[in-house]
Amino acid sequence: MSGVKIRRRIRLGLSYLMLLILSVAALYPAIWILLSSLRPGKSLYSKTLIPETFTLEHYRALFYDPTLLFPTWWLNTLKIALFSMVLGVFLTLLTSYAVSRFRFKARKTTMSGLLVLGMFPGFMSMIAIYLLLKEFDLLDTHMALIIVYAAGAPLGGTLIAKGFLDTIPRSLDEAARIDGASNFGIFWKVILPLSRPMITYMALTQFVGPWVDFIFARLILRTKEKWTVAVGMWDMVNSNQNSNFTTFAAGAVLISIPIMILFTFLQKLLVEGLTAGASKG
Amino acid sequence: MQRHHTRATILSTLFMGLGQIYNRQFIKGIIFIIVEALSLTYFIQNLGRAFWGIVTLGTATQHFEKVNGIAKLVKGDHSIFILIQSLITLIFFVLFLIAWYMNIRDARKTGAARDAGHTPATFKQSIRYILDYKFAQTFLILPSIGILLFTVMPIIFMVLLAFTNYSAPNHMPPAKLVDWVGFETFRNLLVLKSWSQTFYGVLTWTIIWAVLSTVTTYFGGMLVAMLVSQQGIRFKGVWRAILIIPYAIPQMISLLLMRNLFNGQFGPINQYLKFFGLGGLPWLTDPFWAKVTVIVVNMWVGIPVSMLLIMGVLTTIPRDMYEAAEVDGATNYQKFRIITLPMVLFSTAPTLIAQFAGNINNFNAIFLLTGGNPPNGDYQYAGSTDLLVTWLYKLTLDQNKYNMASAVGIIIFLIVASFSIYNYRRTKSFQEEDMIQ
Repeated sequence: MSGVKIRRRIRLGLSYLMLLILSVAALYPAIWILLSSLRPGKSLYSKTLIPETFTLEHYRALFYDPTLLFPTWWLNTLKIALFSMVLGVFLTLLTSYAVSRFRFKARKTTMSGLLVLGMFPGFMSMIAIYLLLKEFDLLDTHMALIIVYAAGAPLGGTLIAKGFLDTIPRSLDEAARIDGASNFGIFWKVILPLSRPMITYMALTQFVGPWVDFIFARLILRTKEKWTVAVGMWDMVNSNQNSNFTTFAAGAVLISIPIMILFTFLQKLLVEGLTAGASKG
Repeated sequence: MQRHHTRATILSTLFMGLGQIYNRQFIKGIIFIIVEALSLTYFIQNLGRAFWGIVTLGTATQHFEKVNGIAKLVKGDHSIFILIQSLITLIFFVLFLIAWYMNIRDARKTGAARDAGHTPATFKQSIRYILDYKFAQTFLILPSIGILLFTVMPIIFMVLLAFTNYSAPNHMPPAKLVDWVGFETFRNLLVLKSWSQTFYGVLTWTIIWAVLSTVTTYFGGMLVAMLVSQQGIRFKGVWRAILIIPYAIPQMISLLLMRNLFNGQFGPINQYLKFFGLGGLPWLTDPFWAKVTVIVVNMWVGIPVSMLLIMGVLTTIPRDMYEAAEVDGATNYQKFRIITLPMVLFSTAPTLIAQFAGNINNFNAIFLLTGGNPPNGDYQYAGSTDLLVTWLYKLTLDQNKYNMASAVGIIIFLIVASFSIYNYRRTKSFQEEDMIQ
């Protein structure tokens, strides 16, 4: 055995050890919350990681306990997420298509403007939006949340979507134009089908938003029946941290699983989204 | 025949649409006339009050009046409602002025075309022209309205608030009026000891946090990425799938979860430490340890993203570069320092800057984990782990110090925006965007 080979073995051994430790660190919280949700009793404290007996009581409580309203929150969130997804993606596509395909006077200004506006801390505008919604009599409605989420979508998404649309060759547009397609026809028949991965990415990020945002939701939705899941979960942890922990755990698992599945499908698209607009060497 | 365009211009200036009708574009003209008529009725009712409102912010204070010996509450002006109503009206007014200007220009152009002997476009032709040549602008109208109402207007409103004295307890409508105070809020924030001490303290921590959290997640991610993708490691896909899990859990859930995990009394972390004979640590209740905790938790949340990103970059580095280095007898460390690091840094620099800017505003990481606690006695309404953004949140929602919060928000914005604009101007998608096509 040569020295090189031994050194290589040691290096690989150490690497596997590191990976193992990191994997435990990555997995532990997820496993802990899953096991907590299956543990009898209500408290945060437990003697062992793996409970002695398993129970599905907390999941049942989530759906049948009339004081928790979890199913209502879940449906509320689903409704808000779906509508804001459709509207938000639509608005983002409009802006990114216009900015990517047309050269008009205010174009660079529009792009810089979008970027700068997206930099303002969102809740800095909270009070104003609150007062605005009050003016329009929309407080404590789901409509308000849908509008706010959808109107905000072009700010975050346009530049990423534009980066993607830029990669669709112009020659396709021109070919369609020669065949007599109008601008709208090109958008509908050429751009939309080709940007399906982009649309999926935008739709899913937009869809996930309402499930995890609680700042605006908490401000706008005042009655418990109208809350979204995020507000409800936050309330559960914040109001009685230790006494209701296992139910919170069950709720957390129920929200996380669908989103985790979405993310697994999305992984590749996410990397593309992250690197879009970055300069490639 | 030089008269058509002058006449059309004058007519359109007098009343929107008249010039168009003069140019025999009847449908267009009538639409414009309706627009102006509707706008006029709206502005006659509201515009005067809007100017009065934005200048004075209301004049009548709420007070009691004796009516037949019984004190009766007389409602005063609500300065903040007046401010926002005035603002909305003024924005509509600006939009109207733009429309009016465009109408004049249109009439002039068509008039000039008639002078040159062309027949003016029919309504159908105008529509066609818009769809063919003004398509981008038409497409942008809808998103612009949304952004104008829900982003631009609120931002103007908040910027204006920074120059008022809208704050509890002395200037809270409806009981009291709010007034313009110029730069006094900024002066208080930066110079007045009780505020400036908090401001500089929180600002320092915000910067330390932004630097540390960005650096730890970035280099942590790089380390993990290199561990997984080095030669000889098997089951790369499995390791990757496991290590990506923290990223797939919704951030709000994982932060709330961590808050329980690090709970000083009942949390399992301290339980394990005690099990090994070590004393538990005050993870979330001691100023120093709370800072350590937020950084560590942020690493847990943030490393997977960097890992994914850097793994992507690593695959793009050509193999022959490493082979050439090996021929020259480079050690592993040298290969890392001379090839890997510069390549990765070069292609992820924009993301790195974006992450830094994002971390300055990382509201969730702090608010959901510590809520800015533990409290700090030297600070005005801020705790030891509060960032500028979470402080802003407390100032608005808990303390009603709206003017101070707006001033803080403007400062955050200036910091973050300068980073982002610098960053974005450097990226290729902005500079050389017509290259691919």
